Amino acid sequence: MSTDPSGPILRVDDVTLAFGGLVANRDVTLDVRRGEILGLIGPNGAGKSTLFNLISGVYRPSKGRILFEGTDITRLPPAERCRRGIARTFQVPRSFDSMNVLENVTVGALARHPNAASARRAALDTLERVELTHRAEAVAGELTPPEKRRLEVARALATGPRLLLLDEVLTGLTPSEAKAGVALIRRVAAMGVTVIMVEHVMEVVMPLVDRAVVLHLGSVLAQGLPAEVVRDDGVITAYLGERHRAA
Amino acid sequence: MTGTSLIAAPAISPSLDEAARRFAAKRRRSLYVGALIFAGLAALPYAIRDVYLQNVLVLTLLYAALSQSWNILGGYCGQISLGHALYFGIGAYATSILFVNYGVSPWLGLGLGAVLAASIALAIGWPCFRLGGHYFSIATIVIAEAGLLLMQNWDFVGGAMGVQWPFNPDSWATLQFARDKIPHAHLALGLLVGTWLVTFVVAESRWGYGWRAVKDDPAAAQSLGVEVFRSKMAAAAISAFFTAVGGGLYASYVSYIDPESVMSFRFSLLFALPAVLGGVGTLWGALVGAAILIPITEISRSYLGGTGSGIDLIFYGGLVMVVAIARPEGVLSLFKRTRAARNEEV
Repeated sequence: MSTDPSGPILRVDDVTLAFGGLVANRDVTLDVRRGEILGLIGPNGAGKSTLFNLISGVYRPSKGRILFEGTDITRLPPAERCRRGIARTFQVPRSFDSMNVLENVTVGALARHPNAASARRAALDTLERVELTHRAEAVAGELTPPEKRRLEVARALATGPRLLLLDEVLTGLTPSEAKAGVALIRRVAAMGVTVIMVEHVMEVVMPLVDRAVVLHLGSVLAQGLPAEVVRDDGVITAYLGERHRAA
Repeated sequence: MTGTSLIAAPAISPSLDEAARRFAAKRRRSLYVGALIFAGLAALPYAIRDVYLQNVLVLTLLYAALSQSWNILGGYCGQISLGHALYFGIGAYATSILFVNYGVSPWLGLGLGAVLAASIALAIGWPCFRLGGHYFSIATIVIAEAGLLLMQNWDFVGGAMGVQWPFNPDSWATLQFARDKIPHAHLALGLLVGTWLVTFVVAESRWGYGWRAVKDDPAAAQSLGVEVFRSKMAAAAISAFFTAVGGGLYASYVSYIDPESVMSFRFSLLFALPAVLGGVGTLWGALVGAAILIPITEISRSYLGGTGSGIDLIFYGGLVMVVAIARPEGVLSLFKRTRAARNEEV
């Protein structure tokens, strides 16, 4: 395996995905650096979730390649990508609602543990890290929306990822819940996990991420430091709106 | 950084050991309870003198075992098969033909029929597990009906005439007992214990977690590394295996089989219903459901005897409707709720 420790952890290389006549992602090229928190922003329908689905293996691109740690994973199924170290959450939480919280996380932990007993230990450990231990026995279907988001993160973390894709985990939270969420993402990054996060709430995302990529109509409109991106003319016109220009 | 202390938390804290111990204790308790219940069931046929009631007991235990097998695929993995009569028929026919035509021991026949049924389940699963939800259920009905028609027109297996077991003295070697029902009660119980133990062990394994994840949300499951297609195939093979053993035992019990009496759609329903009634995807749902459903239908059938063969089916339908309205999670959830409520009070 050609794993270059100094190279990008993920390379999306000229990827296009079309559903019939509708192009969801067009010629997207971006590198994700090891250990960074990358924000993926853009208006609704910009192709953010589609790009997540391409990286996690739900879709295969019509054109282009996706490389993870130097290896071409374009054709690998989602389960295999998970075992290689890519985990994700879903925009609408997809918890296993007939199972309790601990069992949900154990499913994730089994991706890197040989048996259920050691996976359960790892799951308990993960629950402690995301501060959900007190809900371990609760049935997932009965969790509140913020708890469900937290469970999604826990389940993904339990797979032992090196790259974590977070799809709007902070959306729809109260300010204090969002603050706790931000703290959680910082802890995840501090554990050495590279994070790509799709998010809408600019005020929350921009201070958190190391770099931002703006998608618009399926293509990369701008990328760079958060401060640079928000001053980009194209971004202001397409996404942020004129009131940002004054600021 | 404020988060540092959390990250540095030791990988295995005392609370983790405590949780692991509690979990192991819970599993042990389940096993003790199981042993107690099955010991009681083993003694039960001696307490029942009436041959007719012994027959009801044999059927109840057999259907409990068959529903427990169905539950592996339908309850745990969430793939609702309404074609398990096919595997039941394969087991019944394999055991009967091998014994009657070739003198092969029924014990061996049970095993061979089970392996054959598991292989056929894999062959069916290969195309059918690409179908989602209801389409899969419909496909299983159609395939089982095709199997029924095939058997009716296949002279080698006796066609519509079926297979008659020869009359032999009572023997554990040939599984034939002309008047004594107790051996078959124990054989059915043996299968029930076997399927229960398999469920008990597998539910707490990589496969069991994978199955339940696939049942709840296949997209999320695969994102967490679960091989969705392979999980379904494994569940189907195990489920078909034990269903075929049940079919072979049933053939040895009734000593005569024809396609209609082991492969009709009615059987597919009868394997699914006890688990649905008792609680899908639970350890005891199949037995609880069978204990309610089979005695009532068998007894009502003997009273309503000549009035038409549809009465018992109307009855199943009514019962399922009542449970669906009052207790969508099955009869077992009645007990679960009270336990949860008790825990909350403490």
